Amino acid sequence: MRSIFEKGWRPILALILLFIFWEFCTIIFEIPAWLLPSPSQVFAEAFTGWSGYQVHLASTVQLVITGFLIGASVGIIVAVSLHLIPFMRQAFYPLIIISQNIPTIVLAPLLVIWFGFGILPKLIVITLVCFFPITIALLDGFRQTDNDLKHYVQMAGATKQQIFWKLEWPHALPSLFSGLKISATYSVMGAVISEWLGASKGIGVYMTLASSSYRTDRVFVSIFLIVIMSLIFFAIIRVLEKWVINWKPIEKGSHHESS
Amino acid sequence: MNHLEVRHLSKSFETNSVLKDVHFSVGNGEFVSLLGPSGSGKSTLFRIIGGISLPSSGSIHLNGEKINGKRGSISYTPQSPSLMPWRTILDNVLLGQELTGYRDREKAIAMMKRAGLEGYEKAYPHELSGGMKQRASFIRSLLSPQELILLDEPFSALDEFTRIDMQKWLLSIWEAHQRSILFITHHIEEAIFLSDRIIILSARPATVRKEFVIPFERPRKESLLLSDEFLQWKKKIYEEMRFPHVSSSD
Repeated sequence: MRSIFEKGWRPILALILLFIFWEFCTIIFEIPAWLLPSPSQVFAEAFTGWSGYQVHLASTVQLVITGFLIGASVGIIVAVSLHLIPFMRQAFYPLIIISQNIPTIVLAPLLVIWFGFGILPKLIVITLVCFFPITIALLDGFRQTDNDLKHYVQMAGATKQQIFWKLEWPHALPSLFSGLKISATYSVMGAVISEWLGASKGIGVYMTLASSSYRTDRVFVSIFLIVIMSLIFFAIIRVLEKWVINWKPIEKGSHHESS
Repeated sequence: MNHLEVRHLSKSFETNSVLKDVHFSVGNGEFVSLLGPSGSGKSTLFRIIGGISLPSSGSIHLNGEKINGKRGSISYTPQSPSLMPWRTILDNVLLGQELTGYRDREKAIAMMKRAGLEGYEKAYPHELSGGMKQRASFIRSLLSPQELILLDEPFSALDEFTRIDMQKWLLSIWEAHQRSILFITHHIEEAIFLSDRIIILSARPATVRKEFVIPFERPRKESLLLSDEFLQWKKKIYEEMRFPHVSSSD
């Protein structure tokens, strides 16, 4: 925790300076609140409007968690089956890449036409956004299994199943967590996009309502909520990672960790 | 009685012949070294004995049973320690047993104690020095149920003094356990110091050029390394390895 404060004060300071600059700009140039609210107005709305958006927030959090869990499971299952069955890899790997080239914005209305306004099309959108980084990262992790170790377990007479569970799976865990971290932040985006399409509540709905009624302060509140949610999900995965992968050497003076 | 028999083994990859009529045996409780220049196909030979690749012709027999392409019939200590970084040393050392079924923790702890790894049971590989990792890797082989141990240049990455310490340690462990060992090296002194018998391989395609029975009695002491007799053996083997090679290929 201490290291977070030691390294973290610079971005926090930069953020505070940015807010101050922004605040002064809105005052000096007399920018109307519907065009660009000042940070103080946004924070005020964030506090006073809590009862207004907490329903939306709760709904989105629930959607993100469900969607992420499904997306992550799909990602892991796809990666494992592509890895273990070479035929599947040849057949489906290109399709998986293609699935990521279809813009979500285009796909989402189609999903609504097919599956209605319920939770199903939303979960599909989140799953589509989430599974890809996990699958790719995990497949890479499997493929980069240390050759010396693989050679050793083969010589020692390990079965295919033993090679997978005792070598490839634990070896790929750090890669899996890189994928999970990316997906955790993507899943928030995916949830908001899916809520734009048609939902009765959710941050996406709150945001659409706010912008169509020129409540720009509320748009900013929802932006901050999305950012905070993403950061929290990221942090949760990070904590899980530290807990699961407890064997890594402690890197001193590492600059890659906090970014 | 012969424990491991390698009978007229040949291996070629397309037109590239790597092993040619390699023929030798390792007796029960015997320490045999394979000595050959780097890149002479020793690793290919180990892969075949280990059952990972198949010979083009010839066969491998262990206690009379043919083991071509059969994995897990020998215990293997690779060149790099190959410890799993996510397992503690104790769990790593038990891996060989785990793959074939049954874990004997007490024996593993006792063995680690003998190897000077006491107190490192719960440590991870990255916390150990090179020599300690190599010892852990060898204990893993010793704990494995297979009777024959293959060692693939296990000390090649260590400095001279660590290497001599490790050789002495290996001998003391081997003398106590009397397992059959097939040891690959390209270090002449190491081969003489450790072995009952040395098999000299030629450069590619590898074939058995000569066999020497090393007469030094056991237990062997470090002082042996500087005795005249030892140096004469070294000269003999050096000439055997060096000069035919120069005249034939360079």
